[in-house]
Amino acid sequence: MGHLIRYIVARTLMTVPMVLILLTIIFAVLRLMPGDPVSAMLGGHAPEHVIELKREQLGLNRPLHVQYVDYLWSVCRFDLGDSMVLQQKVTDIIAEKLGATIELTVFGMLVTVVVGVFLGAYAADRRRTLGDSAIRLYGIVVYCIPVYWLGLMLQLVFGVWLDWLPIAGRTGPRVFPSDFERTGFYLVDTLLAGDTESFFDVLVHLVLPAFTLGLTLSGIFVRLTRANMLDVLKSDYILAAESRGIPRRRVVYRHALKNALIPILTMMGLQVALLMAGAVLTETTFSWPGMGRLLLERIYLRDYPTIQGVIIVFALMVAFISLVVDIVYAVVDPRIRY
Amino acid sequence: MNGSPSGLLGRVVRYFSSMGGKYGVEWWILCAGAALVGAIVLMAVFSGYIAPFDPYDQAAGPQLSPPGPTHLMGTDNLQRDVFSRIVFGSQTILKVSVMAAIISSLVGITMGLVSGYAGGIPDKILSLIMDAVYVFPGLILAIALAAMFGPGVINITFSVAIIYIPTYFRLVRGQTLAVKQELYVEAARAIGAGHLTILAKYIFPNVIATTVVVFTLNVADAIMIEAALTYLGLGLPPTVVDWGMDLAMGKKFLPSGMWWLVTFPGVMISLLALGFTMLGEGLAEILNPRLLER
Repeated sequence: MGHLIRYIVARTLMTVPMVLILLTIIFAVLRLMPGDPVSAMLGGHAPEHVIELKREQLGLNRPLHVQYVDYLWSVCRFDLGDSMVLQQKVTDIIAEKLGATIELTVFGMLVTVVVGVFLGAYAADRRRTLGDSAIRLYGIVVYCIPVYWLGLMLQLVFGVWLDWLPIAGRTGPRVFPSDFERTGFYLVDTLLAGDTESFFDVLVHLVLPAFTLGLTLSGIFVRLTRANMLDVLKSDYILAAESRGIPRRRVVYRHALKNALIPILTMMGLQVALLMAGAVLTETTFSWPGMGRLLLERIYLRDYPTIQGVIIVFALMVAFISLVVDIVYAVVDPRIRY
Repeated sequence: MNGSPSGLLGRVVRYFSSMGGKYGVEWWILCAGAALVGAIVLMAVFSGYIAPFDPYDQAAGPQLSPPGPTHLMGTDNLQRDVFSRIVFGSQTILKVSVMAAIISSLVGITMGLVSGYAGGIPDKILSLIMDAVYVFPGLILAIALAAMFGPGVINITFSVAIIYIPTYFRLVRGQTLAVKQELYVEAARAIGAGHLTILAKYIFPNVIATTVVVFTLNVADAIMIEAALTYLGLGLPPTVVDWGMDLAMGKKFLPSGMWWLVTFPGVMISLLALGFTMLGEGLAEILNPRLLER
């Protein structure tokens, strides 16, 4: 147990330089690049003294190193400043949108894992058959389909032609989130409020975005599960299990799959970046009111504090999730230690 | 028979099937990928001969007409011919993604070689920075860069290129660390070879082989990122013909069932990415025979 705690502490400490580097890169990208946020915000025709005043208000006229230290300190205090466009704190704006993004990514991941692991295990079991080849082909092809285009195609088929599912937003026109909103996760909120009608409305709105995001990432999981399963199926204990007369299906889907899943867990950590990138694109396609859509809206409005805040939150999420995945991995597999 | 056209054809066919027999499915994946990429490259090179209309011509046909004999892929809301825009659009996406991959591989490989060979604290710091960028979602970084650089073909190329530098850096640095321990590097040093000679003649050739595969897969990824950026309305001015931008425009007409505006640009992006991925996959399996038993 002592080893585990030491690992967790060491791994957590390793996150600090990573977050610091990411924050520095974000600062560098948003401050040192050409293009002045203030004149861009004021439309480029503002008189010189107005621009100066605004720069002073925002603290942009101070030396860069002072701005940098101030920036790091405010991030430590979870203060991301005020929006340039609306008189609102950036943290409040983000808090409003974060639930939508997390709900989408969690269900996207669920689709990915279920589809990817099942198809991968099946392909490994039926190695070198037609089914195996078809699944491997699916793995390659689905990886090359851009997530935004898959979203558009699903919208066209299931939303426009078949008219089965809604293609935009988190709720329909007759459902008002203000009636039940508490945590920002609408599925949870509607259940807590005991509002089944709204719950199903939220659920049908989630189907297409979650499948869009989940299916595009499932290709990697198919390949990974298949490769891991092939390794595991070759091992002695699988042969032993089979020779004891345990049915093949049980050996493959219970004994082998459980052991093949451990490396897949680390892959999930690496896929977080892809998942978030996919979420940004899926949100744009489905008018999903989350962080990705917020980021793009504010880029068009040149609202620098909000743009910076959203990217910082993405960076913190990446750092946090990879930390959690590594710790879970260490708990599951006792061989991982420092 | 030697040298006659039919003899040559026979030899080509025999060569292809013998390679197929040697490497199995992977060889055919490689060939299919090469064929896809080759076809789209030809389309980009001979755009002017293939496209029946000027991609900017706002009187090419009726507004929003579905695919038919004159307009193979229909027309858009500005009465432009979608097929001609697809043909010319291949130039933009190929230019940006291949140039981006070249830039990031040159920078990443050089940095990885030097950093791994030199070692010490600078190497540690550089690795930390590269690792941090590597775990951060590339698209989000590219969005930030594209927003800051502003629209333009060169700007979007750099936005895409920067996010792949860590991929090459990590790969090449890791291999450099391994190769520099080898006896033949030590032998070279013993006979008095300078650092530059050792890097260029002893380490670089041993490191470069794997980057070929990564480069191909990198182009496939860059294709999807380029189209994603322009789909989001970033990176390129509206005067450029681009698949991602056509997709974004077609999206507006999707609820009214105008399927051709979103279908064709998307199919092309997917096919191009698929071509490079298959090329990379095939190369990876053939260059790395250990994987062949799978």
